[in-house]
Amino acid sequence: MSNVADFPLLSLILFTPLAGAVLLLFVNRQSEDAIRWIANVVAGIGFLVSLPLWFWFEPQGAQWQFVERLEWIPSIGAEYSLGVDGFSALLVLLTTMMGSIAILSSWTAITERVKEYYIFLLVLQTGMIGAFVSLDFLLFFLFWEVMLVPMYFLIGIWGSDRRLYSAIKFFLYTLVGSVVMLLGILAIYFEHHAMTGIYSFDVTRFHELTLPVGLQWWVFLAFFLGFAVKVPMFPFHTWLPDAHTDAPTAGSVILAAVLLKMGTYGFIRFSLPILPEATIEFVPMVIWLSIIGVIYGALVALAQRDWKRLVAYSSVSHMAMVMLGMFSLNPVGIMGSIVQQINHGISTGALFLIVGIVYERRHTREISEYGGLSKIMPVYAVVFLIMTMSSIGLPTLNGFIGEILILQGVFVVNKMWAAVAASGIVLGAAYMLWLYQRTMFGNVDNPKNESLPDLNIRELATFVPLIVLAVWIGLYPSPFLRRLDSSVMHVVSRVNAAYAPLNADGGADASAPVDGSLAGGQ
Amino acid sequence: MPAGFSAADFYNILPELVLTGGALLVLIVDVLTVRQQRSLLGWLTFGVLSATLLALLPFSDANTVASRGLLAIDGFAFFFKVIFLLTALVTVLMSSSYIEVEQLRAGEYYFLILCATLGMMFMASGIDLITILIGLETMAVAFYILAGFLKPNRRSNEAAVKYFLLGAFSLGILLYGMSTLYGLSGTTNVRELATALASQERSALLIVGLVMVVAGIGFKVAAVPFHMWAPDVYEGAPTPVTAFLSVGSKAASFAMLLRLFMEGLPFLADVWQPMFWVLAVVTMTVGNLAALTQSNIKRMLAYSSIAHAGYLLIGVVANSSRGVAAMMIYLLLYVFMQLGAFAVVVMLRRQDVVGDELKDLSGLYFRYPTAACAMLFFMLSLGGIPPTAGFMGKFWLFSAAIESGFFWLAVIGVLNSAVSLYYYIRVVVFMWMKEEALGSPIVASPSMAVALTVALAGVVVFGVYPRPLFELAQVSAQSLGGVVAAVGALSF
Repeated sequence: MSNVADFPLLSLILFTPLAGAVLLLFVNRQSEDAIRWIANVVAGIGFLVSLPLWFWFEPQGAQWQFVERLEWIPSIGAEYSLGVDGFSALLVLLTTMMGSIAILSSWTAITERVKEYYIFLLVLQTGMIGAFVSLDFLLFFLFWEVMLVPMYFLIGIWGSDRRLYSAIKFFLYTLVGSVVMLLGILAIYFEHHAMTGIYSFDVTRFHELTLPVGLQWWVFLAFFLGFAVKVPMFPFHTWLPDAHTDAPTAGSVILAAVLLKMGTYGFIRFSLPILPEATIEFVPMVIWLSIIGVIYGALVALAQRDWKRLVAYSSVSHMAMVMLGMFSLNPVGIMGSIVQQINHGISTGALFLIVGIVYERRHTREISEYGGLSKIMPVYAVVFLIMTMSSIGLPTLNGFIGEILILQGVFVVNKMWAAVAASGIVLGAAYMLWLYQRTMFGNVDNPKNESLPDLNIRELATFVPLIVLAVWIGLYPSPFLRRLDSSVMHVVSRVNAAYAPLNADGGADASAPVDGSLAGGQ
Repeated sequence: MPAGFSAADFYNILPELVLTGGALLVLIVDVLTVRQQRSLLGWLTFGVLSATLLALLPFSDANTVASRGLLAIDGFAFFFKVIFLLTALVTVLMSSSYIEVEQLRAGEYYFLILCATLGMMFMASGIDLITILIGLETMAVAFYILAGFLKPNRRSNEAAVKYFLLGAFSLGILLYGMSTLYGLSGTTNVRELATALASQERSALLIVGLVMVVAGIGFKVAAVPFHMWAPDVYEGAPTPVTAFLSVGSKAASFAMLLRLFMEGLPFLADVWQPMFWVLAVVTMTVGNLAALTQSNIKRMLAYSSIAHAGYLLIGVVANSSRGVAAMMIYLLLYVFMQLGAFAVVVMLRRQDVVGDELKDLSGLYFRYPTAACAMLFFMLSLGGIPPTAGFMGKFWLFSAAIESGFFWLAVIGVLNSAVSLYYYIRVVVFMWMKEEALGSPIVASPSMAVALTVALAGVVVFGVYPRPLFELAQVSAQSLGGVVAAVGALSF
């Protein structure tokens, strides 16, 4: 560890995609295959250079690892300061992996303006990684906003049907949330200065700050708007079905797998540890919005006739579940929440890829257009089945681990909440299995489907890592949980002090740390 | 040499002297050359402005009062003069091809640009009501003529007449307010005004005078409800003039505003802060909402510029050295983004295309990807999206508001900037996502290419690494007298 401590690994991970984007600028737009190759290779390298975050990360080590600090704007106390804990390290790995999968999946799907497409995808990649690794709040905000523009273009240029409408809706919703969040950041910044005499955006400093409760309250609301739009929580979710449905496949995959995690990442990284008292106060509000989200998302998903829209609404439901676990504010719940974020990235990312495969072949997303595909595309059907099971939380697959931890965490706080959450899982099984039944089983009624080719090698390659991960997390999650332990305990120790009132009507031992016993016991 | 003026006084206005001499030189050279050599004048003007900038450099850390208390040669003035000269330089660079196409009289055009710049420089330095007014009029008269420079064009004529009439009217109001202040204090010196009025009872007359001054300056910065002239003038005036007007005149008026209110009337802050609070909110909201529906780019940029005046007023409301620094930073960054956007519009003007409708931008990306990319950055910057300069500017303005405790003003400000993205993005939609609808080919002259490059570099570099600019602005803002005291009262 010591010999690698000085190596700017995070900067390398951060700027590899950007360097690729710059490189692509100089490639002739006519040589499309060269552009595709370069983009794929760059994304692959981006993933490879992020692997040390898995192997070199020390679960028992310092809170922040791979830290880099450089002066940026000293006159206002902003630094170029990067670092990861177990939580953000896993999210970075998820990002680099999903990024290369998304890029690989676009090979034949994107035939127009190929060069710009890959440039935007790579810039987006840098924005997302930057948001996860920044330990400076201003730097974080910068990357957070940088993500907007490439995503806007991806939806607006390469999307379907109402792409312009969906793109601007996505853009403005997120923007309103994030500018209000900026004000919250500034409020903390000045309060920190008033308390310590230092101008700083250092997140680790903010984690040690005890802000006045009144201020926390307002800042929580400001952050809430920013993060809740991204998650997206009911009632701020309305941009999501449109954006997901109209985005190109790779856009949907990135959106579901990584961008939505920005919101939940923000809550765990900023809202909970910086604003613990306010967090406690807002638990009922967040929990109820999450419960509504779980049920509402699932019910609307049940009613969808559009395959992609169904998956989009399932995201609303699943992310609400993530929020539910997080706001149980105990170690098990937060652990489950984080694991479920990773799981959602894997399974929903895969589900969007699955829709993308048939959309590319048939150019329709109507569920009724399909049926009996398992006879024509057997490999495809198997992949879809695995991912459906992963999504609905079948034991031995990843979804189960996340959901059981969330339920466990919520249960000790309030049994009613747990009951509602469990019903969300049942509904989730309903709409996913029904979708599977309508598209895969039965007779091939539609002659257009009769000659659909099964997955080719490239397409299969996009699914293999996701299936491997789903099984790995499902059977042996402890390497993941071990890496998350210190992140979870850090957050819980911040919100622990005021945790007692919640405990009163809940269980007794929810405050017991998950640490080794849980991580090793699975 | 009049008694009381020393050699030092002439040294202190060396940049202004260079500029004046250069402006006269341009006129003389214009007479001596034939029409075919007009492009020479552009480069001569460029040289004059560069020489002025060079002459200005030694004053970067000066802090003296010159010419018997008429001028302050301080960091604040220095910073603004850099803004004006940069603005004029980029404007001149983007003018040459436009002059060619529109067959304008180059000599007078460049002369007037230099005159306006001269006026602005005195507005930033002046600490005497008379000096400030003379600077203001030097600038304004030049702009009245420039606005109507497209002689056969009715819109341009209308713009000039409108601007002149309303400008004269607003000058009257401003003058009336200033004479009230003079009558009550017995001095025209801004700094003496502060001490003379501070000890006085607050009479109704004083407040009336204050309101008059606010209204007069409100007209100059195009704050709602004194903004009515702006869209018509911006649309009608030759595009490079519009660009110059929207950046230079605005910056100069804000410099004047800061001098007057921060140095001259700090003790009335509790009266003018709420007034500017309302002006800021109304200005940015009306500007943004009106911009949403425009189909003419120049008109849209006019309303957007009104909205930006609203954002800038946040810095005045904050009434702190952070607020002043924020305004200075924002105005400097505004030079790059606004001039850049106008440069692209100027480029669209060709023999057969007027090129100021949004649809004229359709599909720009397909034929001119570089220009379209540049415009994308200018639009994002105007909207305040990182990593562009506009974000760093807005960051300062909103942080000034928060520091001084104006949370709601900041909230209204950020929501407004979110709304504004809608119409900035619309420009991008036309360029990137609409079918190509371009007429004859667009040719960027070398000077235009330089202008665009400078603007783009400013927007990107200061968006990522604004450190030197921030440090300079923070130091320069300190030199504005009276602000330090105001901060002492407000800091919490």
